[in-house]
Amino acid sequence: MTEPALLSVENVSVDLPTPRGNLRAVDRVDLKIGAGRTLGIVGESGCGKTMLSRAILQLLPKKAKLSGRVMFDGQDLVRLDPERLRKLRGRSLAVVFQDPMTSLNPVLTIGTQLIETLQEHLELDGATAKRRSVELLAAVGIPAPEQRLMQYPHQLSGGMRQRVAIAIALSCEPKLLIADEPTTALDVTIQAQILDLLAREQRRRHMAMIIITHDLGVVAGRTDEVAVMYAGRVVERAPTPVLFKKMHMPYTEALLAAIPKIDAAPHTPLPAISGRPPDPTRPIQGCSFSPRCRYAAGLCFREKPLLTAAESSDHQFACFHPVLPPVGIDA
Amino acid sequence: MQDTRQSPPRDPLLKVEHLVVEYAVGSKIVHAVSDVSLEVARGETLGLVGESGCGKSTLGRAVLQLRRAQSGRVLFDGQDLTAMHGDTLRRMRQRVQLIFQDPIASLNPRRRIGDIIAEPLVISGVKDAKKREELVHEVLTAVGLDPSLVVGRLPHEFSGGQCQRICIARALVLNPEFIICDEPVSALDVSIRAQILNLLEDMKARFGLTLLFIAHDLAVVKAVSDRVAVMYLGRLCEVGPSEQLFASPAHPYTALLIEAIPVPDPDVRPTESVPVGEPPSPIAPPSGCRFRTRCPRADQRCADQVPELRLIAPDQLVACHHPLIAAG
Repeated sequence: MTEPALLSVENVSVDLPTPRGNLRAVDRVDLKIGAGRTLGIVGESGCGKTMLSRAILQLLPKKAKLSGRVMFDGQDLVRLDPERLRKLRGRSLAVVFQDPMTSLNPVLTIGTQLIETLQEHLELDGATAKRRSVELLAAVGIPAPEQRLMQYPHQLSGGMRQRVAIAIALSCEPKLLIADEPTTALDVTIQAQILDLLAREQRRRHMAMIIITHDLGVVAGRTDEVAVMYAGRVVERAPTPVLFKKMHMPYTEALLAAIPKIDAAPHTPLPAISGRPPDPTRPIQGCSFSPRCRYAAGLCFREKPLLTAAESSDHQFACFHPVLPPVGIDA
Repeated sequence: MQDTRQSPPRDPLLKVEHLVVEYAVGSKIVHAVSDVSLEVARGETLGLVGESGCGKSTLGRAVLQLRRAQSGRVLFDGQDLTAMHGDTLRRMRQRVQLIFQDPIASLNPRRRIGDIIAEPLVISGVKDAKKREELVHEVLTAVGLDPSLVVGRLPHEFSGGQCQRICIARALVLNPEFIICDEPVSALDVSIRAQILNLLEDMKARFGLTLLFIAHDLAVVKAVSDRVAVMYLGRLCEVGPSEQLFASPAHPYTALLIEAIPVPDPDVRPTESVPVGEPPSPIAPPSGCRFRTRCPRADQRCADQVPELRLIAPDQLVACHHPLIAAG
């Protein structure tokens, strides 16, 4: 990547002490995202994708141990003092969580929450903050925004709440928005609307965005690049079109195959991934995916494959027996 | 509704006739299911799709009489469940089982798996403990779990996918004819979801089951269903054979649902034609066609007249004044 990255995650690991021993939730992850770009992080529950996003935001549980660097806009967030970090979060670094009910304060009106954010970070006076709030609610597609300011989160539907959470996240014109499973709790039609809204605002504001999801369908048409995570590691990373056309990692292939296809005949058996993700407190010696992988052999059970470049340096994968062996450029 | 009779799902095991379910929330009435009629043929899987709050789960519960209907009938194997009470109903329920969305929440956390699965046998009067144990082992093996490793353990020791296998085993242990699956895979990861869908298909073939498969995800529904019924705000919009419904949806709402499915292909740009707006409240559903407030084709007639379910293509029924395909 020639342009300087807005966010660069360098060799980040997260360890969580548990009664059953140390749990390595994120294992030596390197990621970069440029200004105005969209990155999808895909993986199953427990693969570490949410812990990674929390490591970026410096919102890890107290007991968690983080190592590595998180460079954002020229500063290392890991070593930033709490006061400056607090100013940064919500301002140039914003987040939208899966469940809007937990990210909104149930006892404050929508208006109070929006106006508070604007006053805190942008130091606007009350009247300006209120006017801006109405504009923001209108921008995220909330009808009758002025009345909505007086309402409480429980008076809104799930989709509307997520729109409010997005309005708050966008309120201070962030440079990076992290959307952690933003549509998992929503219905399909509402999911499409929210993803469209995020894409539209992302383009309009030239904001970088990380979409975290378990659904490859969500990232396919809406990201520039995708990183696939498994057992705390990035196992494949590529520009989105390349990933879908020339995937090397058997796990990526298996994830894609497991999605029911709309054009398949009813009762077509789905190629399921057998077994389940490994217990993160019991690390596997070889490739973490080897017990479930249909290509696994010999070396896979003894050694961990490292992330290596495929045809081009922006496509990397970690596998000894890739689905398509990498060949010369323009295969 | 004479048109329903023209498209004959042969030998219906379940027949729902003009079912109405309403309940009070405070001083308001929720119109959860409004005049729904459908049939499920023996050996068939009928998929029931719709968004949250459309009444699909209420319909499932009303079939089992877990929620009593205001009016209408539920005929199971020719007998009206709505007229049954007490022991008669309990005996009937052994033939109809239910699988829920949240597999972990539907297992008692303090009881061992062996006891959880044996419970329906105890209730139905299988007194011989040895026989019960035998049956528990049999169903656990059938759902792909090793009985010797499972029976003595507690639900929290299992993952979501394994808990759903346990729930399926519990549903199967009484050897039912009909299973209502209420969003059985929506709480599961993609990879595990495929395992459970395949398992349901295997169990259906092996035990000769008939399924009512309720879900909000059309792609999932299509993967397992012979026919699909689309529900919106308490009413049926469209019913038809799965492939036909996907290839040529007649109701604008069906088309909208199909369009909204995220396609895992970067060349397919997401369409932005999905209308803004959300389903209105079932407390005060719109007059006439309930979908009209989000429908691009709606006109005055849609506000004035409730569209009746009518035959538009072989076996395909639609309730719309302005369907997307011409009647043939």
